Amino acid sequence: MSKQLHVPTMASYLAEGKQPEVLFWVGCAGSFDDRAKKITKAFVKILNNIGVDFAVLGTEESCTGDPAKRAGNEFLFQMQAMTNIEVLNAYEVKKIVTACPHCFNTIKNEYPELGGNYDVVHHTQFLKQLLNEGRLKIEGGKFKGKRITYHDPCYLGRANDEYEAPRDLLRKLEVELIEMKSCKQKGLCCGAGGAQMFKDAEKGDKEVNIHRTEEALETKPEAIAAGCPFCNTMMTDGVKNKEKQDDIEVLDVVEMIANAEDL
Amino acid sequence: MMQFLPQILFVAVFAFAVYFFVRNVKRLKRNVNLGKDVNRSDQKKKRLNKMLRVALGQSKMVTKPIAGALHVIVYVGFVIINIEVLEIILDGILGTHRLFSFLGPVYDFLIGSFEVLALLVLLSVIIFWIRRNLMNIKRFLSKELKGWPKNDANYILYFEVVLMLLFLTMNAADYQLQLSGAKHYASEAGIMGAFPISQYLLPVLDGLSTSTLIVVERAAWWLHIIGILFFLNYLYYSKHLHILLAFPNVYFSNLNPKGEFRNLESVTSEVKMMMDPNADPFAEPAEGEDEIPEKFGASDVTDLSWFQLLSSYTCTECGRCTAECPANQTGKKLSPRKIMMDTRDRLESIGESLNKNSDHQPENDDKKLLDGYISREELWACTTCNACVEACPVGIDPLSIIMDMRQYLVMEESAAPAELNNAMTNIENNAAPWPYNQQDRLNWVNES
Ligand code: SF4
Ligand code: SF4
Repeated sequence: MSKQLHVPTMASYLAEGKQPEVLFWVGCAGSFDDRAKKITKAFVKILNNIGVDFAVLGTEESCTGDPAKRAGNEFLFQMQAMTNIEVLNAYEVKKIVTACPHCFNTIKNEYPELGGNYDVVHHTQFLKQLLNEGRLKIEGGKFKGKRITYHDPCYLGRANDEYEAPRDLLRKLEVELIEMKSCKQKGLCCGAGGAQMFKDAEKGDKEVNIHRTEEALETKPEAIAAGCPFCNTMMTDGVKNKEKQDDIEVLDVVEMIANAEDL
Repeated sequence: MMQFLPQILFVAVFAFAVYFFVRNVKRLKRNVNLGKDVNRSDQKKKRLNKMLRVALGQSKMVTKPIAGALHVIVYVGFVIINIEVLEIILDGILGTHRLFSFLGPVYDFLIGSFEVLALLVLLSVIIFWIRRNLMNIKRFLSKELKGWPKNDANYILYFEVVLMLLFLTMNAADYQLQLSGAKHYASEAGIMGAFPISQYLLPVLDGLSTSTLIVVERAAWWLHIIGILFFLNYLYYSKHLHILLAFPNVYFSNLNPKGEFRNLESVTSEVKMMMDPNADPFAEPAEGEDEIPEKFGASDVTDLSWFQLLSSYTCTECGRCTAECPANQTGKKLSPRKIMMDTRDRLESIGESLNKNSDHQPENDDKKLLDGYISREELWACTTCNACVEACPVGIDPLSIIMDMRQYLVMEESAAPAELNNAMTNIENNAAPWPYNQQDRLNWVNES
């Protein structure tokens, strides 16, 4: 096991009378889902490695309410939102980074009207900023020259028009970036959004994640890059369904960076 | 008196067409206003820009290059040839012939380019017909296009062919009459107009007497303008309403990030009350406040916003949304195009009842939007991915209707699928959609 992760909480910062540079919003998947926890840790390793001053809410964090809202339960969503906003405002949070596009979208777009105004960035955007500021260095490493295709998460891409930050990071890794048939504005959903993650699909002739995985496999990738814990699960299941899990890994962009740096 | 008969007849036909058109516009306005209010009048400059880019500039059409290019031709042709229609109408009212011909070379250029456009439109329309009927393009084969929508699309194509042929025939006969120096047609100043395309039709007219040529020219002239006036009134019953409504629809469309779903204000006030430790839950509602609690979400078109209703009339039934929809691509029942078509059909059924009886109460109808037109199965298949919204060339947001209807299902009927109810109970009890304890949220730090 590598170095112990350093993950301070907002409560401990407050006790010392300090404010972190940024709040890392871990999200439910990032906190509880076994696959997503690895993404969380990879991101923290990078932050620790270059000494970014961040903190988490820890046990004070609570679901943003995204699945409730997309399911149609506006009550539950706003209850969650206002509870979270109370906590965030009490800590006077200014900037939030999250590895989940759903948390990102909800806090960035739907919280302001309810009293939560923060500068919210997706983890790929945050790393891109660090890169631009010269605080983060990325070099080829393990994925250099490998065929990688990137799957756009709906809630980062179409929902918020961010297509380039994750791709820029991948280019920094010197991968051979191959686009799928439908990408960017036309990117095909993985099938998890709109609370679909938490229910069975309606009757049809195929699962959405299988459909998307087939598009990804058409590019003959050596790995599939994602930027969302839910997409990651869906694509991983798709790859397993096609019995390709031994050849093709589904990895979050930050995992690839952490891997390249051997963190 | 006799000599004015054509003019009188023309004015009567024209007035009749305008009367019906105005009536249809009024009905459309009345129906759209059945929707709830939503503010789409802010950020005027941004809206205008978007309208110029998307509606006038057709920026989303060209993402499908072939169909897009053909559409631009038909569209530009349509708009420009309408300048000619203005002359035709004035000629008809004043009894003149080629009133604008005083423009000289400019006029020749205009008529000449109208002819070229007419030919291009003709060719494009034929390709459109082949694409729609012979090429098995998936978005033209869906269930929701069976019957009227398919016929409607074809009728318009036939119509365009006939109009363009009439236009060219009229010009050819006119050209021949001018060449032979016929009275009322020929002018001392020489040939009026340029006829780069219709000149090739002259051999067909060869040998016809002046009086027959006049009959041909007049017949084509009358049928052409009557056809256009008919088209104007056909719009209201057709997907071709988009040639007018695409502009306001894009103008009033959503400018916020697509991921931002509207927060329901009525819920905000209730939630604030629930969370306020000082609020008295048993307090009487303040004086003048609505006693009837507001309905959450939408079960019928009257619960939707006027913009969503306007969109249903604007929908071109092109199916770009459905072609991109992940649920539809994987065989689910959901089709965002059908959501829009159903909304329009339901709204029209209310409209028809209102035409008969202005006191009609839509809430007493048996067949409402939810269950009567759109099934629950369709609504629950949506992944809220926004692909339909991105694809729509005229700024329609089918997803917003799906979301409003889900809100009704969940908040008014508690009718979410069971697994979703589980997830929501979890969120309520332990702040995550899974049954994990909030106190364990940071455990990952120390797990290997
Ligand atoms: S948002 Fe819903 S209806 Fe629209 S394309 Fe995605 S799944 Fe289909
Ligand atoms: S909603 Fe838009 S994309 Fe869908 S059919 Fe109508 S016009 Fe076409």
